[in-house]
This record gives sequence, structure tokens and C-alpha cells, in this order.
Amino acid sequence: MLKRLRENKSSQGTLLISPTLVFMVGLLIIPLILTLIISFGKRSADGNVIYTFGLHNYIRILGISSDCPGGQAICFDPLYANILWRSLTLAFNSTVLVIALAYPLAYFIARAHPMKRNTFLFMVLVPLWTNFVIRVYAWMMLLRTQGVINSLLGWLAGLVGLHFTPLEMLYTPGAVLVGMVYEFLPFMILPIFTSLEKIDNSLYEAAADLGANPIRTFFRVTLPLSMPGVVAGTILVFIPVMGTFIVSDLLGGKQVILIGNLIQRQFLDARDPTFGSAASLILMAMTLIVTFFYTRKFGFGEEIVAA
Amino acid sequence: MSEFTVELRDVVKRFPTPEGGEVFAVNHVTLQIRNGEFFSMLGSSGCGKTTSLRMVAGFEWPTEGEVYIEGRAMGHTPPFKRPVNTVFQNYALFQHMTVYQNVAFGLEMEGAGKQEIARRVGHALEMVQMTGMERRYPKQMSGGQQQRIALARAIVKTPNVLLLDEPLGALDLKLRKEMQLELKALQQKLGITFVYVTHDQEEALTMSDRIAVMSQGKVMQMGTPVEIYERPNCKFVADFIGTSNFMEGGVKSLENGRASVFVPILNAEVTGYAAENVSVGDEVAISIRPEKIRLADKAGLTQNCFEGTVVTTSYIGSDTRLHVDINGLTLKVWEQNKISSLDPAAYYTVGQKVWLTLFPENTLVLPKD
Ligand SMILES: Nc1ncnc2c1ncn2[C@@H]1O[C@H](COP(=O)(O)OP(=O)(O)OP(=O)(O)O)[C@@H](O)[C@H]1O
Ligand SMILES: [Mg+2]
Repeated sequence: MLKRLRENKSSQGTLLISPTLVFMVGLLIIPLILTLIISFGKRSADGNVIYTFGLHNYIRILGISSDCPGGQAICFDPLYANILWRSLTLAFNSTVLVIALAYPLAYFIARAHPMKRNTFLFMVLVPLWTNFVIRVYAWMMLLRTQGVINSLLGWLAGLVGLHFTPLEMLYTPGAVLVGMVYEFLPFMILPIFTSLEKIDNSLYEAAADLGANPIRTFFRVTLPLSMPGVVAGTILVFIPVMGTFIVSDLLGGKQVILIGNLIQRQFLDARDPTFGSAASLILMAMTLIVTFFYTRKFGFGEEIVAA
Repeated sequence: MSEFTVELRDVVKRFPTPEGGEVFAVNHVTLQIRNGEFFSMLGSSGCGKTTSLRMVAGFEWPTEGEVYIEGRAMGHTPPFKRPVNTVFQNYALFQHMTVYQNVAFGLEMEGAGKQEIARRVGHALEMVQMTGMERRYPKQMSGGQQQRIALARAIVKTPNVLLLDEPLGALDLKLRKEMQLELKALQQKLGITFVYVTHDQEEALTMSDRIAVMSQGKVMQMGTPVEIYERPNCKFVADFIGTSNFMEGGVKSLENGRASVFVPILNAEVTGYAAENVSVGDEVAISIRPEKIRLADKAGLTQNCFEGTVVTTSYIGSDTRLHVDINGLTLKVWEQNKISSLDPAAYYTVGQKVWLTLFPENTLVLPKD
């Protein structure tokens, strides 16, 4: 047995990947298949799954309803479609905002003196040492009607003698957006920083030497060479923003329900795992489709840039 | 326009050190580079060649002094506004652009039209014999090919001055020799000024019209290859370029550029060419090249002629290289094998008594540094 293993390269390979394989099959593939099976099922009255085969859960998510107010046989109920659309636009907006904030920061860190660079990177990472939920709670403290920001504004208004009505910031789509951007900013800064740092200084000099001013150098040299970082960061940010429910739960309340919240409620409150499973798979499909088209358009760029 | 394409006037560049001090990368350098000249800066590692070149390109600014290009003081003019182009040692090609896009980059920045760009890129690639490579990416080419693209990218803008920082440093010896010839031919064809940085003295001697020999941020000597080799102006240059024998002594007399130097180890006076800044009473270094020592098996002139013993010989075909001992001073002597012979008696042997003649015109009296 051992001897055969020593001589056979392909069984060596199998042995090497087997821990990963067991992990992937046991914790990814099998649960995924189970989710798929459950999503075709029906909820029993006591919240259990009745295994049947039907597309009713998917039809329901897409908003095709037979329970119409006007008495028609079939009509469109936008409830879940709205949630999907809201999740998608929020993920898109968050990602764009995160890129806009992360890029200048990453650029600044990459161009900083090597001694200071580590300090800055450390500062980017520090928030990640605090629990995710605690960080979201901190935003609640800031945004509440009696929160830090409103108190501060009220105090400032008092100083100049103005009347101040506290701003309603918590439980708005804006609050969710701010929370998402804050939570996922480091995941964009780091890959962009890495790809910027890889750009040799002599390339900036070569561009200048050939007559490019700093702005043109940025758009012709810096930006294209750092695109792999932006792409990687986008994937790292877009996917979790699509699925997270904690941020929208705490900062959006009942106002901002995302697909993550929908799924969570199906399993915990509504006790309909079949509908929850279908929603999960829809989320997965949406994420995959967006990522697929995104990487097709921008590529990973790695084959050219990888040093 | 000024007679000089590039001029450095009393340029100093200091860098701060991590310890809080300062280093002189370039220490009061004055250089005048003529129009159309192949000018080399030669020196060992860390002598300030790259820093000098970078100040011409505009990547660094002098701490003191001024750089002039075509008669204009450059001050803090940024690189993209200077009429010079650079070939970088690591080529610095844009990896995300094809060869064509790389070469076209500089022309696009000038705002040239599409057709003009196509024509000039084609011409530049032809000059470096890289026609047909337009659609490749730099990663898909050998080091030598990348070198040529870097060259094409710089010359496509038809600058008056091309700055080259050890452009052949990364190539193997054979390719380097080929490229030396090609670069020289290209320079003559384009008729533009090349400022060439190298630490390879052979490269500098074969390619340059003039050379500046640098050491520790200073220019030690500036001149044609012949001047630098035949008339070094100090011990450093004589030692750095080619091979030399050195003896120490004190100047006794000086007349018509000839110095008489008493050399204690020989217990005799040696006469030779005095370098400019040598005066009577100076402690000097006498320098003579191994191929310029006359070797004979009997006594010759009385002046500058010394008896010695052959310590080692090595036959290398064109020459025989000997070490000859005179009173404990070992001199290198290279004898050209002008006559073909199989007779061992035609060659010097170890232990043989010989007489060395140091002709005054071959003997240089140089300031010690
Ligand atoms: N940016 C910098 N900061 C600090 N010191 C520097 C800097 N650039 C160069 N130096 C120092 O200046 C001196 C001259 O450097 P330079 O690069 O000009 O040498 P060089 O002659 O080109 O050497 P090499 O043949 O090794 O390339 C060196 O002592 C170097 O350490
Ligand atoms: Mg250098």
C-alpha cells in the first residue's frame, strides 16, 4: 500500500487534497444539495419540511401570485422583487462608495514612507479586531436620535443660538449604506494597496519621462496596473454586502429589509425553511451572475500584471 | 543655443541618511556635454552616476548648483517638461501595454495624430530591429528584446538628449558586446547626444567620445578614451582604468612638464611626465602601464633602467605576463609575443635576471589622492 503510494503520483495528489476535499464535500456540496432539495419542498403547518417537488417557492419570490386583490388568475406581487432589487442596488452603491473611499487611502498608504506605511496599515486593520456586531452597535450609538452626532449638532446649534431638531438618521437606507461601507472598507483597501505597492517607482518615472503629467500618469499607468486590486476588493465587498443581515437589521430596522434579512426571518421567525432555502439559492445565483459578468468585463488582469 | 547640450554647474546632491546625517551623492560636479556627443559617466558602484543622470532627467533636484539643458536652467522643471528621454536600467516597460502601446505612449502624450504615431512607432521599431513585435506584451519577450523596446520608446520622441543608465547591465556578455556596437551605430545615425552611465570601463572606452571618471560623487577626470587611458591625471584614474604599476616618491625637480622623482625603494631617480597639479617637493605616485615597460636581458640606458628578477611568468598567447621583482618591489610587465617561436629560450623564465626600462614618456608622475 505505502509502496504503491510512493510510486503513484496521482494517488499522492489525491491524498494531498483529501482533507480539503472532505471539507468541501461535507460542508459545502452536501449542504448545498440539501438546500436545493428543501427549496422544492413545502412547509408543514408545524414548520417542518414536506419533501415534494415544486417550483412554488421560486414563483413566490419572483412575485407571481394567484392571490390577487383584483380577482385575476395571476398577477405580480412586487414584495420580494423589491427586496432583491434593494439588496442589489445597495450592494452596488456600497461597493462604488467603498472603492471611492478606499482607493485614495490605499494610494496614500502605498506612496507613504516605508516606515509609516506599516503604521497606516495597522490603523486600517485595528477595527477588524473588534467584533463585527459591536462595531455596528457603535454606529447605532452615533446615529440615534439622542446619539452622539445629534448631541454634537445640538450643542453646536446651541452655541450659535439656533433651534435644532434632531436628525432621523438611524433606521434609514442611508444608515445601512454607511454601516456597510464602514464594515467592508478594509477589504477594499488591502487588495488595492497590495497592487499599488507592486508598481515599481521607475514606471511612474518612465511615464513622466515620456511627457505624461501626474494626472495622465494616473489614468494611463497607475489605475490600469492597480485594477487587479480593485477587482479583488470588489468581489470581497460585493458578495458579503449582498448577504449580510446584521447591518441592515441593526441600522435599518424594519425600514430596510434586504435579502439577508428575508432569509434569516424565514428560518427563525416565519419558520419556513423551504422558502428560506429558495431565497438563499436566488441570492447565490444573483451574486454569481453579477460576479461572472463583472470579471468577464474587467478580467482579473493577473496574467499580465502578476510579477 | 548653447554650445553644450547638457551642462552641470557645480552641482551638489545630498541625501539625508536614516541616522539623521547627510551623504553627498554628488559633490560639486561640473560637466559640459557637447551636442551630438557620446558621453559616458564611468565609476564604481555608489559614486553618484545614477544620481547625476537623474538630476538631468528631472527625477531629482540638485541640492546646490544648476543643471542646464540646451542652455536653459532647469531649476525645478518636472521630468515631463524636459527635452530628454531616459532608457532605464530595468527597462521600466508598461506591462499592461503591448509593445506598440509602449512605444506610442510618449507620442500620445505629445498629442500626435493616429497616423503620425503609427508611422513613427514603425520607424522606431525598425531602428531597433523589432518590427513585427507590435502586439506582444513585454512579459512575452526576452531581456534583450525588452531592452530594444525600451530604447525604441525613448528614441521615438526624437529627443536631443538620450539618457541611458547602465542599459546593458542585465544582458549577458555576448549580447552586451553586440548591443554596444548597435547603440553606437544608432547614436551616429540619429546624431543625438547620448549620456551613458556605466561601471564597465571597456564599454566606456569602446563607445564614448568622452568619458567622465567619477569617484565618491566627484568627477576625477574628463576626456577622450585615449586621454583617460594614456594621460590619467591622478592615481585613482590610472588605477581604475586598465592596469598600472605604482611607485611612491618625492618630486626633486620639474621642468618642461618632466618631473624627476626620487623613489626610495629603488634608491634612484625616475623621470616621467608630470600631471598638471604636481609641484616640486610633492609626495607623488609614479604610474606605468605593464605593456609600456621595456624588458631586456641586458642593461640598456642608464636612466630609468633597473635590474630585476623574474618572479612568475604566464603565457596567454598574445602576451606573456610577468611579475618582476626590483628590490622587493614587484612590477607587472606584459611582453607582446611579436615573434612566433617554439624555442623556450625565446621566452623569459622564472629566476632570470632582466633589465626594465621605464621610458620617461610612458612614465606618469601623478598626485597621490
Ligand atoms: N534616494 C536616495 N536616498 C539616500 N541615498 C541615496 C539615494 N540615492 C542614492 N543615494 C546614495 O547616493 C550615493 C550615490 O548613488 P548612485 O545611485 O548615484 O550611485 P551609482 O554611481 O549609480 O552606483 P551604481 O553603479 O551602484 O548604480 C550612494 O551612496 C547612495 O547610497
Ligand atoms: Mg546606478
